[in-house]
Amino acid sequence: MAKQSSSPALFQRELVGAAIRESFIKLNPTILIKNPVMFTVEIGTFIMILVTLYIAFSGDTSQGSLIYNLTVTFVLLITVLFANFAEAIAEARGKAQAESLRKTRQETPAKVIRPVGEYKLDEVQTISSAQLKKGDVFLCEPGDIIPSDGEIIEGLATIDESAITGESAPVIREAGGDKSSVTGGTKVLSDRIKVKVTTQPGESFLDKMIALVEGASRQKTPNEIALTILLAGFTLIFIIVCVALKPFADYANTSITIAALISLFVCLIPTTIGGLLSAIGIAGMDRALRANVIAKSGRAVETAGDVDTLLLDKTGTITIGNRKATNFYPAPGIKQVDMVRIAALSSLADDTPEGKSIVELSGNEVTRNLNTNGAKLIKFTAETRSSGIDLPTGERIRKGATDSIRNIVERAGNQFPKETETKAQEIAANGGTPLVVALNEEIKGVIELQDIIKPGIAERFDRLRKMGVKTVMVTGDNPLTAKFIAEKAGVDDFIAEAKPEDKMNYIRREQTGGKLVAMMGDGTNDAPALAQADVGVAMNSGTQAAKEAGNMVDLDNDPTKLIEVVEIGKQLLITRGTLTTFSIANDVAKYFAIVPALFVVSIPALQSLNLMRLHSPESAILSAVIFNAIIIPLLIPLALRGVEYKPIGASALLRRNLFIYGFGGLVAPFIGIKLIDLLVGIFV
Amino acid sequence: MTTEWLGVIAMYAVAVLLAIPLGKYLARVFKGDPTLTDFMKPLERFIYRLGGVSETADLNWKQNLAALLTINVVWFLLAFGFLLFQGILPLNPDGNPSQTPDLAFNSAISFLVNCDLQHYSGESGATYLTQLAVMMFLMFVSAATGMAAAVLLFRSFLPERSETVGNFYVLFTRSITRVFLPGSLVIALILAFNGTPASFDGKDTIVTLQGDTVNVSRGPAAGMIAIKHLGTNGGGWFGANSAHPLENPNYLTNMVEMIAQMVLPIAMIFALGFFINRKRFAWVIYGVMTVGMLLLLIPTIVTELHGNPAIAQLGIAQPTGAMEGKEVRFGPLASAYWSIITTIISTGSVNSMHDSSMALSGAMELLGMMVNAFYGGVGAGLLNFYYFLIITVFISGLMVGRTPELFGRKVEAREIKIASLVALLSALLVKGGTALAAWVFIQYNNVDWVVKPSAWLNNPAFHGFSEMLYEMTSANANNGSGFEGLGDNNIFWNVSTGFILLLGRYVPIIGPVAIAGLLAKKKYVPESSGTLPVDTATFGLMIFAVIVILTALSFFPALALGPLAEYFSLK
Repeated sequence: MAKQSSSPALFQRELVGAAIRESFIKLNPTILIKNPVMFTVEIGTFIMILVTLYIAFSGDTSQGSLIYNLTVTFVLLITVLFANFAEAIAEARGKAQAESLRKTRQETPAKVIRPVGEYKLDEVQTISSAQLKKGDVFLCEPGDIIPSDGEIIEGLATIDESAITGESAPVIREAGGDKSSVTGGTKVLSDRIKVKVTTQPGESFLDKMIALVEGASRQKTPNEIALTILLAGFTLIFIIVCVALKPFADYANTSITIAALISLFVCLIPTTIGGLLSAIGIAGMDRALRANVIAKSGRAVETAGDVDTLLLDKTGTITIGNRKATNFYPAPGIKQVDMVRIAALSSLADDTPEGKSIVELSGNEVTRNLNTNGAKLIKFTAETRSSGIDLPTGERIRKGATDSIRNIVERAGNQFPKETETKAQEIAANGGTPLVVALNEEIKGVIELQDIIKPGIAERFDRLRKMGVKTVMVTGDNPLTAKFIAEKAGVDDFIAEAKPEDKMNYIRREQTGGKLVAMMGDGTNDAPALAQADVGVAMNSGTQAAKEAGNMVDLDNDPTKLIEVVEIGKQLLITRGTLTTFSIANDVAKYFAIVPALFVVSIPALQSLNLMRLHSPESAILSAVIFNAIIIPLLIPLALRGVEYKPIGASALLRRNLFIYGFGGLVAPFIGIKLIDLLVGIFV
Repeated sequence: MTTEWLGVIAMYAVAVLLAIPLGKYLARVFKGDPTLTDFMKPLERFIYRLGGVSETADLNWKQNLAALLTINVVWFLLAFGFLLFQGILPLNPDGNPSQTPDLAFNSAISFLVNCDLQHYSGESGATYLTQLAVMMFLMFVSAATGMAAAVLLFRSFLPERSETVGNFYVLFTRSITRVFLPGSLVIALILAFNGTPASFDGKDTIVTLQGDTVNVSRGPAAGMIAIKHLGTNGGGWFGANSAHPLENPNYLTNMVEMIAQMVLPIAMIFALGFFINRKRFAWVIYGVMTVGMLLLLIPTIVTELHGNPAIAQLGIAQPTGAMEGKEVRFGPLASAYWSIITTIISTGSVNSMHDSSMALSGAMELLGMMVNAFYGGVGAGLLNFYYFLIITVFISGLMVGRTPELFGRKVEAREIKIASLVALLSALLVKGGTALAAWVFIQYNNVDWVVKPSAWLNNPAFHGFSEMLYEMTSANANNGSGFEGLGDNNIFWNVSTGFILLLGRYVPIIGPVAIAGLLAKKKYVPESSGTLPVDTATFGLMIFAVIVILTALSFFPALALGPLAEYFSLK
């Protein structure tokens, strides 16, 4: 996993430079209008510029001194710039992350196979990867960088995908199976493959993701739209408050300066969340990318935060790869050593992980002296459900499922020992798989294969349960084994003896009950279920069909990655919610700063509302707008990192966030404005 | 003093104790389950047949709102016509004149929307016919409209996905036959036996000890005063409302009227709990509203019992508290209690003059109306509470990292848009209206209206500002109480408050019912441990915070310039 890039400094020098430039470009009202809150601040700034110019040229000081108005104008401008900067720095970080991924897909030569003439004597041309079109077929040989995403149509190769996943161990990709996808930028280590280009240049998942992070094609998610509406509602309320204040002041025989009115307005509208809103969204996508997940839309990430049910394949997710041999149980009257020898012999030439694990368990002493030269291998098939070896010595060894070996043994007229049968059942009941071994149609014993549950997986499921996510294990195992593993790993439900349509039906059933379902998959037969699921995460190693069907691609091929995605989705919402609360709670203190300042000259009694005992009306107003401006950059780190999600239950989480951001938001500005006022008071 | 405290506590306790079983009864009535009052069924069937309404039809939110608005328009036209010609219509023994068009417009709307802002005095501005056929009739139907509209929200809390939200006609009819009619009958009898007039005779005359001859207005008042409180309407038969010795003769009638206005708003909360079978949720709502009430009530009682500091400075002792504008038969404690209940509950009847309340009490009364959801009017309280609930669910849903949902239904952009608009509207109407009044007062001081703007205000400065603010707030909240001391029977106030009344009534009905309709149609998501439970104290605290902050932010400057400035000046 590319963990090395997951927590770089928030403000890298070069990024900050670019972001500052970008902050000024974003002052363009046609761009800023997308953010209604900050757009109104810009209008306020513009009015203040006119007022300041008027004072400068006319010398009329009924609107306050030139310096005072100039300062207010400057602070308002800074407020907009700070908000722009927040968005720009988030974009710059996203771009930098995307850039590092894009480096992997720089121009590389591609060996395109062009069919020539009627006899299709193909000719290999070398062109630039940028010229590859969808449907082209190219050739890759050892040492080649794969020029584009595609699907292997012929051959098998070991590939180094470290450029994308950060994982140095090479992986095998081959035509036809569920692991037929290759990614541009990765390197072929051995063998030759023919690859068909599956996407148009510029339309690969990575390109889409880069566009999302850069903000160019970023669409607001439904929750973000709803929040923008709520914030616009608040802004309108404060427009009413400020406009109404003018006749109120006339009634009270008080003249309110334009600077004071605009300052009050800017302080009241939710500039903090308004300024940080888009930065939060971009940073969320950026965090997903840092977790090596390519999301096709921001919506997908947010939906992940709402997932109720998670479907996981057993193999590779809950258990480590494949089963391992853990025990040999010789049949009655058979010596342990003999049985182990036979078991090892049967597995020496067996390349399957199970076979290797049997050899491993047998130990060096046994295997060192074994010889299978000239032996005939019997491959495992679905019909026989057994495999074996015929040695030149005439020994016929078979191993396989209990009933298939029983068939062989009983057909030869031999007994199937009761003890072995009981043992086999016992193994199955404990979640293991019994593998019966026979020599020359006589039972020698049973090998216990056990699934090894990944360390720490139970804790991860526990965490998911606390988030409210139900986990479902999908396995081809029989119900007995499945139940045992499900209990041991701590999943909530399981689908045993699963066929592809079982997954689909399970997803549909959950969805009819109103639940949001996520699943991870890689094979072509997963594609319909991936498409049906609300959040479908395809492995990068999976087939093209699977990747098309899902709405996220995991570059690490890590099946537990969904847990991170769920947390990123939740963090996104939490960050928005808490900063909104903080922003609104701030207003209380700002009222207590500005309202007395506006009226204290004509209504001295309102000095009692000046709880902070601010120096003077001017300093009170300046302190409030300055606080309002600098709180934005102070919160940028929080917006970019996201407010931490804690799986402590919804009510407890609400209490916690309400205390920190609600109560904190109520108190912080009282302290902040007072401190700023002490500073400002020196000058005013 | 102990007796006074006991009186207040008893009024509250009896109301709550009655409200719980009444809530259970209401839920059964709304569901159509068998109840004790089923003997009303033939009458109801007759009404349905008369109106061509199907009792079993289930309507969607748009159809229901269309029904509600249509019959309201019809009532408005009828009421407007009667008031305009009351002088020449029968049942006018005192020979009172017809209302001017602007006053008739204001009065008709005011009673139609359950507000009862009265820019006239019942003794001289209305006739027995209009008091009965317009005022009392509208008191029944407006209360039933509010109650039925609130019940239309209930389905959105249930897990069953539904295109429809209920049948307004049926809910409306049952509200009257099963609740308001029988309830008012009982209350009217108690009032009549305690001295409230119930006669069609005209004015009576008495000769006082000084030998002056005094005309005493009377009329068939007991019935109207009963529904006035039971339906949280608040419009008095007499100009002085429940401070009038015939409208509220003694402490017992004071208790009855007080309990009558509180019982249904509280019972509606429990009715919701029983209807959707979530009693805990009902208790959370009740808790939030009760805390809100106490926070307004306690400062009011303290400041009223403390007496007026300006009088204290003159060296005059005030052992009974601030007595200006209060009735000696009730005293400051019962009056302080009444003034808060009547403002939070949108009744707007008064047993003391709010214009004479202490400045801080005035602020609390205003706040009660600005929130308008601490119990609130019959049905209206829940309707108002509903949009606060939606906004709270949205913000707190985000805070726990889940797309916000209310009882398994996602709250999305459309619902938030409607809730924001409703929240926005009350700020717009109150502040916009007051700003307009202040602007007219300053700029067009001398316009040739019946009451010139320069003569509007009985008091200068902050208190005058409060008088205007109070009138607009009362209109928007459909409360109907007045700070009085405001010359409001002229075209400016009649027309401006008329429109504020309309918008302040129907938008907070249309908005929440629309949201409920949209939510009921949505897919139901079963609760999981990631779902934020809304029937907890934590969520209650969150709603309370949202209500307080939203109200404070909308109205702080206005309160600062009116009652708060007065309060700090007096101190």
